[in-house]
Amino acid sequence: MSAIARLENVHKHFGSNHVLRGVSFEVRKGEVVAIIGQSGSGKSTALRCLDRLETVESGRIEVCGHDLVSPGLDLRQLRRDVGIVFQSYNLFPHLTVQENITLALRHAKKQPPDQARETASRVLEQVGLAEKAGQYPEQLSGGQQQRVAIARSLAMAPQLMLFDEVTSALDPKLTGEVLKVMEDLAANGMTMILVTHEMGFAAKVADRIIYMRDGVVWEQGGPDILRSPATAELRDFIGSEL
Amino acid sequence: MSGIFGAFTATHLLYLAQGAVWTVALSMLAFLLGGIAGFGVMLMRISRWAWLRAASAAVSQVVQGIPLMVLLFLSYYGVGMMGIDVPPLLAASLAMMIYTSVFLGDIWRGSVESMARTQWEAAECLSLTRWQAIRLVIVPQAVRLSLPSTVGFLVQVLKSTSLASVIGFVEITRAAQIVNNAIFQPFLVFSLVGAFYFLLCYPLSRWSRQLERKLNVRNR
Repeated sequence: MSAIARLENVHKHFGSNHVLRGVSFEVRKGEVVAIIGQSGSGKSTALRCLDRLETVESGRIEVCGHDLVSPGLDLRQLRRDVGIVFQSYNLFPHLTVQENITLALRHAKKQPPDQARETASRVLEQVGLAEKAGQYPEQLSGGQQQRVAIARSLAMAPQLMLFDEVTSALDPKLTGEVLKVMEDLAANGMTMILVTHEMGFAAKVADRIIYMRDGVVWEQGGPDILRSPATAELRDFIGSEL
Repeated sequence: MSGIFGAFTATHLLYLAQGAVWTVALSMLAFLLGGIAGFGVMLMRISRWAWLRAASAAVSQVVQGIPLMVLLFLSYYGVGMMGIDVPPLLAASLAMMIYTSVFLGDIWRGSVESMARTQWEAAECLSLTRWQAIRLVIVPQAVRLSLPSTVGFLVQVLKSTSLASVIGFVEITRAAQIVNNAIFQPFLVFSLVGAFYFLLCYPLSRWSRQLERKLNVRNR
């Protein structure tokens, strides 16, 4: 199968901090890829590059057929093809759950109101929150807010979904309900790239694990590399996460 | 002449009431036009183009550094010099609009800039345009945030309309001066006028404080 996302020798600095030092990896359609690594390894930055939330200094990035370093990039089309979910949910607090979901459907995708509401009902059903449509984000638990954020992304019918440490702000009980939703998505064939600290989840759901360290892909392979890492660094990292 | 009202008659009161109407009218024009222009100023001050941000910030600084009375004179004589006969209401509205817009622009810019960057990011990642993000995501939240200081500033604007008397605009303060020149009852006349301003401003101030309290509770 063909690559839906590809990074090739990508470099990026934040000031004098060289966060990406030649990152290369590929994700194929239908794959679930988990990126793991210490804080500061560049994993979130690499993920954000895929939705062009970060620009890079050199290297090539291709996502869903878009050349992300080309000046002619159609940014709005890229954002329709790629969905992203953040650690801090980033719901719109002044809008109800349903309005959070229909906003972009109505204004970016130009769907008529009825169709947008139907889509919202469908995706809320999918994340198990159909009854929360009329509530405001502040009335929901963190886990529920994150599931709404996933539903909001899903409603745009993206080809690829990115998850940036989506359970890091949640306690273990709420983490479970969010991971369950992501597992269902994966089972339905969604292409997913997730930055995560949930080793158990990565081992269970991911088709491939990418271990980043010092701004490069240090080791990658099937989920079995978590049990039998090839490098001492990954072994130490797994040890420290358990 | 007898009692505290002395030569003060219903005619004088009516004249003051007419002035009061003009004070309210000028205030509303200043709020409305200044609000619209202030929104434009805010947009320029958060523009993606550095030159526009710099230019609008510079103009704001200059206008904020000029006393309103000078703005009124500039507006009255300045426009008049172009050979147009300027009605005082027009000149006063123009000056008040400029004055109000730069201050409101500043207040609103502050609350827009205090919005979390992640809200912009979320909007952007949902394929909304920058203008859609401003209109649908940022401004509705910023409005709530800036409402107390906006209402507070409107109290200042309302009181500042008294300065328009210097260019011959007969609002309530100017009307009071004229009445007083005729009957010389300064204490009575200006007390009435003070009471009028207070009755308009006090509810606004109360409202502003209430909004502030509500906002603080929400943000807790």
